[in-house]
Amino acid sequence: MSERTPMIEMRNVSKHFGSVIALNDISMQVYAGEVMCLLGDNGAGKSTLIKTLSGVHRPTHGELLLDDRPTRFKSPAYALDAGIATVFQDLAMIPLMSITRNFFMGREPTVGWGPMKRIDWKHADRVAKEEMAKIGIDVRDPGQPVGTLSGGERQCVAIARAVYFGAKVLILDEPTSALGVKQASVVLRYIAKARANGLAVIFITHNVHHAFPVADAFTLLSRGGSLGTFRKEDITREEVLNMMAGGAELESLDAELAEFQRSDGEHKRAAAGDEVAPSASSTQAARG
Amino acid sequence: MKSETPSESSSHVAAPQDERIQRIPFWKKALSRPELGALAGTVLVLAFFIVAASGTGMFTPAGIVNFLEVAAQLGIIATAAALLMIGGEFDLSIGSMIGLAGILIAIPAVEYGWPLWAAILLAFACAGLVGWINGNLVNKTGLPSFIVTLGFLFILRGMAIGVSRLLTGRTQIGGIHDHLPGDWFASLFSGEVATGLFAWMASQGWIATNFADNPVVTGIPISIVWWLALTALATWVLLCTPYGNWIFASGGDANAARNSGVPVHRVKISLFMFTAFSATIFACLQVMDTGSADTIRGLLKELEAIIAVVIGGALLTGGYGSAIGAALGALIFGLVQMGIFYTGVNTDWFQVFLGVMLLVAVLFNNFMRKKALEAK
Repeated sequence: MSERTPMIEMRNVSKHFGSVIALNDISMQVYAGEVMCLLGDNGAGKSTLIKTLSGVHRPTHGELLLDDRPTRFKSPAYALDAGIATVFQDLAMIPLMSITRNFFMGREPTVGWGPMKRIDWKHADRVAKEEMAKIGIDVRDPGQPVGTLSGGERQCVAIARAVYFGAKVLILDEPTSALGVKQASVVLRYIAKARANGLAVIFITHNVHHAFPVADAFTLLSRGGSLGTFRKEDITREEVLNMMAGGAELESLDAELAEFQRSDGEHKRAAAGDEVAPSASSTQAARG
Repeated sequence: MKSETPSESSSHVAAPQDERIQRIPFWKKALSRPELGALAGTVLVLAFFIVAASGTGMFTPAGIVNFLEVAAQLGIIATAAALLMIGGEFDLSIGSMIGLAGILIAIPAVEYGWPLWAAILLAFACAGLVGWINGNLVNKTGLPSFIVTLGFLFILRGMAIGVSRLLTGRTQIGGIHDHLPGDWFASLFSGEVATGLFAWMASQGWIATNFADNPVVTGIPISIVWWLALTALATWVLLCTPYGNWIFASGGDANAARNSGVPVHRVKISLFMFTAFSATIFACLQVMDTGSADTIRGLLKELEAIIAVVIGGALLTGGYGSAIGAALGALIFGLVQMGIFYTGVNTDWFQVFLGVMLLVAVLFNNFMRKKALEAK
């Protein structure tokens, strides 16, 4: 395990915004053919971390290694060229543009040369349709605006786009958070497939139940710092959940829930006592 | 066009026709195009004036050339304004750029004896610089382009007047026609094309002739050629090139575009340069046509261009619109302006009509955008 070189590695990375320390001394390795799950509550620094990985932010301290080579991205375009594709929460989709236009945004396939160089729409439309079909979404018309798709479908367009363009590292920012059960499983299956194809996947989520089936390792973030990286075989679902929410908070939540149950029971008993009166009044109300 | 081919070819080859897909009727597809409203408006206005202005000479060849010329002049700057608006920005300095470009052509040519082509190149170079500064200011400061270019509306107008007074003591410079003969570059902006065709049509008796058996309309004014060429070019760029896709993306969501690797800043700078160039083309045509430059030329043209673009179906917020729409917007503009003249209605009412058109167009566009985003 230690002789393998990670596909992407962060060494002691910190990011400051003025006086705010958004990331503090984070180290993380992600290997090819693995899914690294990045877990953390709101404000833990997940977004800053992925924006640093994808070239939106430059780290204040520390370094980024890609295939064991120190790298510094000037802009997201450089990260893309290096094979790091990020699917942001806002998906980088433009609702009024067609699926095909969105799919190939920034990397349009062309035919012809010189002044006659133009987008190969036939090829582009076909690829967009095919790639979407691969993940089980049947696009009726690749010319329809992305705004007409559902949230899960948009998510899949974004992921399919990243994979199609030969990403080596795929960063997914909460891809399942807004999805229904069935669509979430489509996305999870897709993540598993990407891993099988040898991609390094960084999967950010709140949801341990989504994280656990596909993850190989977990990195837990809290308030800008790392709580550590754990291999899946070394940790249970409950332990992850506990660390993520903070054990103490969960205990107090348990106590609160018990309190709810107790008062709920009292209400029920009280209602059973004078059951006749409310039902009589309700029938009267219905007549009136 | 492009959306028809893939679905048809794929249904031929492999998959059986998806039962959920209805054949989308042609008119429904047309409904999702941004220029639809402008097309409907053009037909409406055209029909109105064909009835209202019948027998006034508006639809004789001479009358048609008249309103097409008005439309062409506006259409040239509207095309560039359309690309810029689709790219998410405004340029309010177009009108002032027209005035300044005229001065920059006239003073070197008339006062300092430059050949016209050199003076025109100077004007284009300055326009490029202005566009570059506009674009960079918008990119670097993050200020709305409305404010930045409003500043340049005054700066450029003031410079036109200031430079002109300083160097010549006047704000009008005439006598450019003396320099025109023999200058092939300047002739790109003057005269008419297809004069032979018109002479032939007159000889066949198809079009009206004057007392000397020459056709009343001797050719197509070159401004119309520029207008059509620029509209065609802009449409090609928007629909068929990667750069066109970047324009839509930059205007639709600059952040998303940047995250996808679109060079948003470069796109915007080039669009600002294009509007300044289009203003210079406008100025060239006007200066060669009238033989003079005036610092006050191009007043309010930036707003007229925006009106034409919005009537043409572009969204003020960017990311949606078309160059053909802008051309139709300019055509409506020309039709109404000349139509009111021909029908003898007091021309004061032109502006009232213009304002009403603008509001109707914006309401219609909002409605259409909602339609476009509903599942088809």
